[in-house]
Amino acid sequence: MARIGVFICHCGENISATVDCAKVAAVASNFPGVAYSVDYKYMCSDPGQRMIIDAIKEKKLDGIVVGSCSPRMHEPTFRRATAEGGLNPFLCEMANLREHCSWVHEKGDVTTAKAIDLVRTLVEKVKRNTPLLPIKVPVTKTALVIGGGVAGIQAALDIANTGHKVVMVERDPSIGGHMSQLSETFPTLDCSQCILTPRMVEVAQHPNITLYTYAEVESLDGFVGNFKVKIRKKAKSINEKDCTGCGLCCTKCPTKKIPSEFEQGLGFRSAIYVPFPQAVPNKPVIDKENCTYYTKGKCRVCEKVCPTKAIRFDQEDEILEIEIGAIVICTGFNILKTSFFPEYGYGVYKDVIDGLQFERLASASGPTLGEIRRPSDGKIPQKIVFIACAGSRDPAKGIEYCSKICCMYTAKHAMLYKHKVHEGKAYIFYMDIRAGGKMYEEFVRRAIVEDEAQYIRGRVSKVYEKNGKLIVVGADTLLGAMPVEIEADMVVLATAGIASEGAESLAQKLHVSYDAYKFFAEAHPKLKPVETNTAGIFLAGACQAPKDIPESVSAASGAAVKVAALFSNDELTRDPMVAFVNRTAPPVFSTCVGCFLCQPVCPYQAIEKEEIKDRQGKTIKTVARINPGLCQGCGTCVALCRNKAIDILGYTNEQVYTEVVALLNEY
Amino acid sequence: MKIGFYPGCSLNGGSKEYKDSVYALAKQFDIELVYIPDWNCCGATAAHNLNKELSLSLPSRILAIAEREGLKDILVPCAACYSRLTVTQHELNHDENLKKRITDIIEMPVKGTTRILNIIQWIEEFILEKIPYKMFKPFNHKVACYYGCLLVRPHEILKFDREENPESMDKLMKAVGADSIDWAFKTECCGAGFSVSRTDIVGKLSGKLMADAVDRGAEAIIVACPMCHSNLDMRRPAINKYLGKNIDIPILYISQAIGLAVGIDEHTLGLHRHMVDVNLKENTTTVTKEKIKEKTETEV
Repeated sequence: MARIGVFICHCGENISATVDCAKVAAVASNFPGVAYSVDYKYMCSDPGQRMIIDAIKEKKLDGIVVGSCSPRMHEPTFRRATAEGGLNPFLCEMANLREHCSWVHEKGDVTTAKAIDLVRTLVEKVKRNTPLLPIKVPVTKTALVIGGGVAGIQAALDIANTGHKVVMVERDPSIGGHMSQLSETFPTLDCSQCILTPRMVEVAQHPNITLYTYAEVESLDGFVGNFKVKIRKKAKSINEKDCTGCGLCCTKCPTKKIPSEFEQGLGFRSAIYVPFPQAVPNKPVIDKENCTYYTKGKCRVCEKVCPTKAIRFDQEDEILEIEIGAIVICTGFNILKTSFFPEYGYGVYKDVIDGLQFERLASASGPTLGEIRRPSDGKIPQKIVFIACAGSRDPAKGIEYCSKICCMYTAKHAMLYKHKVHEGKAYIFYMDIRAGGKMYEEFVRRAIVEDEAQYIRGRVSKVYEKNGKLIVVGADTLLGAMPVEIEADMVVLATAGIASEGAESLAQKLHVSYDAYKFFAEAHPKLKPVETNTAGIFLAGACQAPKDIPESVSAASGAAVKVAALFSNDELTRDPMVAFVNRTAPPVFSTCVGCFLCQPVCPYQAIEKEEIKDRQGKTIKTVARINPGLCQGCGTCVALCRNKAIDILGYTNEQVYTEVVALLNEY
Repeated sequence: MKIGFYPGCSLNGGSKEYKDSVYALAKQFDIELVYIPDWNCCGATAAHNLNKELSLSLPSRILAIAEREGLKDILVPCAACYSRLTVTQHELNHDENLKKRITDIIEMPVKGTTRILNIIQWIEEFILEKIPYKMFKPFNHKVACYYGCLLVRPHEILKFDREENPESMDKLMKAVGADSIDWAFKTECCGAGFSVSRTDIVGKLSGKLMADAVDRGAEAIIVACPMCHSNLDMRRPAINKYLGKNIDIPILYISQAIGLAVGIDEHTLGLHRHMVDVNLKENTTTVTKEKIKEKTETEV
């Protein structure tokens, strides 16, 4: 006779508000095979776990059912307690009384009855549980960092400094990300490039970091500790070993009028180019779409002038296959372009620009060498209107969330403008000023008081051009929605921060979840902010949601610690819930007949052929064998097996049928 | 082809030329417009400020009759009527209790399945692609397409064009050879119901938008709403007073402008009914049958 212990948790009031927990425990004590049944306010707390440990010893229990929350969070907790009590941890089951019952039903007898049913099915199941041993797998101690912005740089350096190898993949020709485009940074106004470029160089020179720029992740296989990643190194059309980065090719390239991505379209670059002078690596790539040789078959000027003969027109994309143990996704964000806003001119007016463009105008390395000049005619604007929340917090036309960084950078823009154009006047239309952060509120205050930024609380309804001026029409809601019209020389939209281009397809390649806005989703918004739901894949920076530099950097360091912790083990323990092919006594050996229909459906290539041989070494039978190191326990093969020869450990067909039968039979 | 027709009060009164031109256009393109029999006021402006149930019952009765008559599509040229009918149908379809209450009031069943078309949707769907075959004289003037407030708002309900910078009317005007200007006041308020009580406000609001259109070189303003037309046309003295100068550009309904392009005569289109004379620079380029054929063939 089994001796099962039932432990019903109130989860504070989460369960007990609608389910009569004491009654569930009392009824459960009468189930056949239940030796002990009890309810408690917080089963996951230390005294709660202690109850389980003591009961196993005192009541000589051989199976545990905890009626509480979903297994997602606390299955490891209760399995640990079970193990501490001296039982195999896989003899513990959880009945989900919270998500599956109390949260979704009203208070009443029916709800309690459902809770009783849920507990009963698991009591029946746990009677058929068998002790399982965790699977050990080795760890490849190399991390992959995807994205070379400030978050990626921080994560890569932190991991590399713990002594582990890092592979960094960056899609652009240089690392640095958006931070390298910024002029000064809030709230200290230190120069963005001055604090970032040394870190970029450090990445390139670190002995533990391998840097692949102009490269993208092609596909990912495997699991935590044992990923296999394919990286596409896009053809740069140069031999990096020979190239010295002299820049002669860029100067001589005849195709010079290509809007520069780095300058946000405010400056130009050549077809063979280095994105910016401080780029890492400081070696050019050829933009095949704009190069005259690739489009028309003529030119080859760069090849002629190159002193080291490093140009390689015939270079092709290269696919690298690398084994890695963990991944940090740091693919960052992007901003909505001004063309998103019909009311502000659909991107037609040259002097309506976005925040990143203003950063370039204000940057000493920018197209105007740091002078604030408007794009249309190069004049110094005497009045600039900044429009905050352009697209953010706007469920009707834009996105619903707050882009978070705009309040601060708009205050900074107004400040920088005033520092450069003393007689200029900055107006800022805002909804709220959200300046939560160390020294942030003080910074905004400084913009208002010292630099005379005029904040107008209200929305702008439209911007139109008249006699060379931009007429900004809005309302001042602090003056009873009084209409405001400002004749501005330039308008800067703090456009919404959105997911980086290609984030969705990358998430699908890596099998990690993402939210409705295509930002990567963390495993838990509070307690697992840098983890994904896929073990071994971590997140950092603005690929999760718009974040400022300090937040991105701290998340990156957090993710790096998670990777280092993973790499501190020589082998990893995995749950043993994997498929297995049954074995029986000779002459049958297994009910598997060797049809191998299971082989092609396995998404993890975990099924191999095994020959059963007699003493003379002659093959008697060929059957399927599942590699427990590769199997993820998805169960596809189980469903497909015609002979029911495959089962999942811990979830055998028999166990699942028992649960169903327990539900169907009235107690 | 049969399409239901709801005129509303304006088209039977002050904006008779709007109805005349719509009918002339329908005739030119072989579309039969069927009057909704025993129609009533849509309740615009007054009803929804006073009594919600009344404001929904009035349009519901019109929709109920259209359904009874088997009219699947109805053309509602007046922007205010279009707004009231569409909003009512939307509200009824999103609230079963409300629908029941309203059908009890009007003592008629309403399914809420009628397709309500404004003048632009109607032209886009039934006329636009046939325009090249009927083109007589391209309307090659610089025009400002003025949408007003009700044609594109609220977007969540009407789901028509973009509320900030609509372009559907511009597209139609380009199709008849006009040069439609990009301007900033496409959806600003003309002053609407203040037409009677506060003519000075109309002068100011309409004046601002007309000034911008004129500054940008518009020779005419094209409208799709009787209210907009009467304010911009009839209240011209107030507008001129506000602006301190005389503006004499004419205001045309879209149906009139397209009507002229496809060769309907001015009298049938009711141009003589306008307060401000329609004296557009004479356009001498008539389109021959051969030219039309050539054009359509190259396009195909």
